[in-house]
Amino acid sequence: MKAGGALFHIHNISKTYRMGDVEVNALRGIDFDLWAGEFVVILGASGSGKSTLLNIMGGLDVPTSGEVFFRDHDLTAAGEQALTAFRREHVGFVFQFYNLIPSLTALENVALVTEIADNPMDPAEALTLVGLEERLQHFPAQLSGGEQQRVAIARAVAKRPDVLLCDEPTGALDYSTGRLVLEVLERVNRELGTITAVITHNAAIAGMADRVIRLSSGRIVEERRNTARVAPADLSW
Amino acid sequence: MTRMLLRDLWRLRGQVLAISLIVACAVASYVAMQSTYRSLLLTRDDYYARYRFADVFARFKRAPERLADQIRRIPGVATVQTRIVVDVVLDVPGLREPATGRLVSIPERRGAILNDLCLRQGRFPEAGRSEEVLASEAFATANRLRPGDRLGAVINGRWRELRIVGVALSPEYIYEVQGGGTPFPDNKRFGVLWIGRDSLAPPYRMEGAFNDLALTLSRGASEGNVIAAVDRLLAPYGCIGAHGRDEQISSRFLSDEISQNRISATYVPAIFLAIAAFILHMVLSRLTAMQRNQIGLLKAFGYSSATVGRHYLKLACCAVAGGGVAGSAAGLYLGLRLTGLYRDFYRFPLLRYETGADVVAVALAITFAAALAGAWGATRQAMELPPAEAMRPELPVVFRSGLFERSGLVRISSTTVRMIARNIERRFGKACLSMVGIASAVAILVVGQFFYDSIEQMIRIQFETVQREDVNITFADPRSSSARQEVARLPAVLRSEPYRAVPVRLQSGHRAKRLEIIGLDPGGELRRLTGSDLRPVRLPPEGLVLSNALAKLLGVMPGDLITVEIMEGARPVRLVPVVTTVDELIGLSAYMDGGALNRLLDEGSTVSGAFLAVDPLAAPRLYDLLKRTPAVSGVALRESMLASVRALIGESLAITTSVLLLFSCIIASGMVYNGVRINLSEREHELASLRVLGFTHGEVSWVLLGEQAFLTCAAIPFGWGLGFALSAFLARRMSTELYRIPLVISNGSYAFSFLVVTMAALLSGLLVYGRIRRLDLIAVLKTQE
Repeated sequence: MKAGGALFHIHNISKTYRMGDVEVNALRGIDFDLWAGEFVVILGASGSGKSTLLNIMGGLDVPTSGEVFFRDHDLTAAGEQALTAFRREHVGFVFQFYNLIPSLTALENVALVTEIADNPMDPAEALTLVGLEERLQHFPAQLSGGEQQRVAIARAVAKRPDVLLCDEPTGALDYSTGRLVLEVLERVNRELGTITAVITHNAAIAGMADRVIRLSSGRIVEERRNTARVAPADLSW
Repeated sequence: MTRMLLRDLWRLRGQVLAISLIVACAVASYVAMQSTYRSLLLTRDDYYARYRFADVFARFKRAPERLADQIRRIPGVATVQTRIVVDVVLDVPGLREPATGRLVSIPERRGAILNDLCLRQGRFPEAGRSEEVLASEAFATANRLRPGDRLGAVINGRWRELRIVGVALSPEYIYEVQGGGTPFPDNKRFGVLWIGRDSLAPPYRMEGAFNDLALTLSRGASEGNVIAAVDRLLAPYGCIGAHGRDEQISSRFLSDEISQNRISATYVPAIFLAIAAFILHMVLSRLTAMQRNQIGLLKAFGYSSATVGRHYLKLACCAVAGGGVAGSAAGLYLGLRLTGLYRDFYRFPLLRYETGADVVAVALAITFAAALAGAWGATRQAMELPPAEAMRPELPVVFRSGLFERSGLVRISSTTVRMIARNIERRFGKACLSMVGIASAVAILVVGQFFYDSIEQMIRIQFETVQREDVNITFADPRSSSARQEVARLPAVLRSEPYRAVPVRLQSGHRAKRLEIIGLDPGGELRRLTGSDLRPVRLPPEGLVLSNALAKLLGVMPGDLITVEIMEGARPVRLVPVVTTVDELIGLSAYMDGGALNRLLDEGSTVSGAFLAVDPLAAPRLYDLLKRTPAVSGVALRESMLASVRALIGESLAITTSVLLLFSCIIASGMVYNGVRINLSEREHELASLRVLGFTHGEVSWVLLGEQAFLTCAAIPFGWGLGFALSAFLARRMSTELYRIPLVISNGSYAFSFLVVTMAALLSGLLVYGRIRRLDLIAVLKTQE
């Protein structure tokens, strides 16, 4: 294991895309570690490289240089198959647009993931955790946006992932619904101890984190630790 | 916009290619078969005209030459050709069995004659050289005879040697069929030989006489009137009745072939075009529906609805145009090749190829119309939306509890199976369309195979169930009952069943048909009458047994009385009841009990020939003897007839069927590929989401391909049913007087269609699997579903 007790070890990673004749440096020399049970908010404006960072952490993309370790898995050297296995076993994703399967009920959307996990929760239990115990048999089209996002969170946590990666989880939601979703994320982090990384452009959310990392033009421009986490109910934006 | 069009075409190249192939196949089959049909008709008519094929024919015993002048004076007669025609037994070098030769006289001095000859090799016989003959090309080729080769012939009881000096073709014998119950040519054992009239007349005491007449009609003349007048003049000379081209065997056979060709050239491509149009419609409407975003964007930029609409219609047209042009070109080329093959097959001395711009135009119009209709519906829908709404993706399909939940199956299926089941259930219309598409692909494969199966069945029934004799010998003249014992004593004969064959004219109301009534031995086993279920039908002691096709032609049923005009001897006319009908697939037949027929003719137990069962080991001795038996004028062998039928039908059918089968395979594969490919495009987002969640390529593919596999499996039985229905339709339309096409589709054919479609599905699955591997997972996170 690298860097003492860190679960995620990210060392000097860069990511360069070619878009036609132009080289885009999405990430330049990013360094940080994630520790067990941490709630981290990665802040950044559009184009700051925060999504690229999340993709690399989630095994959806690989850096151009540098190294990423999850425990003893070297994600930089991993192939397609190893990355799929990594996502399957260790990562829970929550997307801005929920990405639920429209043909499956809330319960089945969760079950979809628990069926391929080693030590999953009961899908109904996961939905209870996010406060949807009354909506188990509803299809996505029958749920509100906030409810769909909570199903997505239940789906992400039901397999008891080591890390929960959330990409603008409140981006498509109104204020009060967004707060509800953040409460669920906070609860999951607190009760299950899952490392949670939320990327957002919404600085107000930073208050609920243990640690805040601010990205700009592919670099970390600020890293600070909150002395006390603010409850989501007390956040406002 | 043009660049965008090109880019769209490139982006959708897989589907565009599949569409083009389908269109190309449908258009090519239509163009090829239509031009082949037209060219065949044109070539035949040209051949008939250039070689002065006669309009009316008559055979009789012997008439004095002066009668020709009387015939010439019949109003409506243009040209008259008198001839001597006799059938003789031939001894062909290299051929173990005896063959039958039809000696046809030609004038000693060359000049324009009716049914003129086209010399292909060598020269015409010289006057005064009585041994010189021209051989028909089919006969010469089958027996590898060349100018200079010699043949033995029993001419009026005496063995003579003939020398081939040339090889020729005649419009009268495009099909060389002996007639009298053997409707198929056997070019090895029956051939036409042309010989100088002065050489043929003396042995048959025909100097100054003739026994065969051919004439042409002047423009506008009534064939019926001329035939009636000729019959009146020739009746005293033993004429069994003059007839027109419609009853001339070769011409009849050829007409039937060509009209069959017309049917298949109309219906088969029509089925192809309809299926192609259906697929086009489906594919293009779904393709266009997927371009909603782009359509909204273009409109947001300020492009008018008309411009945007034109773009998508152009896209549809481009997808079709390539296939249409390639298909037309391929069709014209194939048509030329097919016509060439038919020319070789029929031995036409000339070839006229008609391309027919209208044929191409019709094929293209149908495909473009289908493409435009398909694209138009979806484009219009997209255009009617305000740009902002069009740019938003279509609302997700609303899923609710349905049949699948209520059936209880939901409890025992895995989540992915539930996805598959619900998708099919919720988009039931789309699933049905996909199934119809796959089913039609299966159906055309079944139809393609059906032709082989039905011919095989026809041959089996005719040569295994109905005709069971090894050898059929025909006597030169009807013989008394003593011939029965003589035949039975021939070497190698295990069983002999003499029969009586009498030329007659059957009439019921205004419908009439000339043929031979065959009088059979009631206890006979070598010629079996069969009912519709192939079970043997017992020969009734009195009355007529007609084949179903003949009964239908005459409009009679068992119990009806029909007029039998006997064309032999004293020519009595009798009323005879039809007792029963039998099911025969080849030709038209009328049977009677042999004794009853003798009584009808007021004669003793006269016989015209015999069916023989022969010991194959001793057969050569029988053949040697028959080659030199003057009383026998014809010998037909079942085995060789079977072989020639197989070759004949197999060849003419193989030409078109193999092309059609290839097209069917391409259309089927194109259909299946497009179905899977579109499904992938529509669900890319969902599938990529699954990949992000940690599903492997295989698991994701199963979600998509499992649905396709289910649809394919469910569609195949429907396809079989549809194929059966189409085959039934074609079988009815393509049956002719010479043969009926039985509706038989073997299990092998069903299996074949299953195999092709499954292979196409697997291959498409493999291609799509490749695309699933390349799904852009990151894009999914960025976009709303």
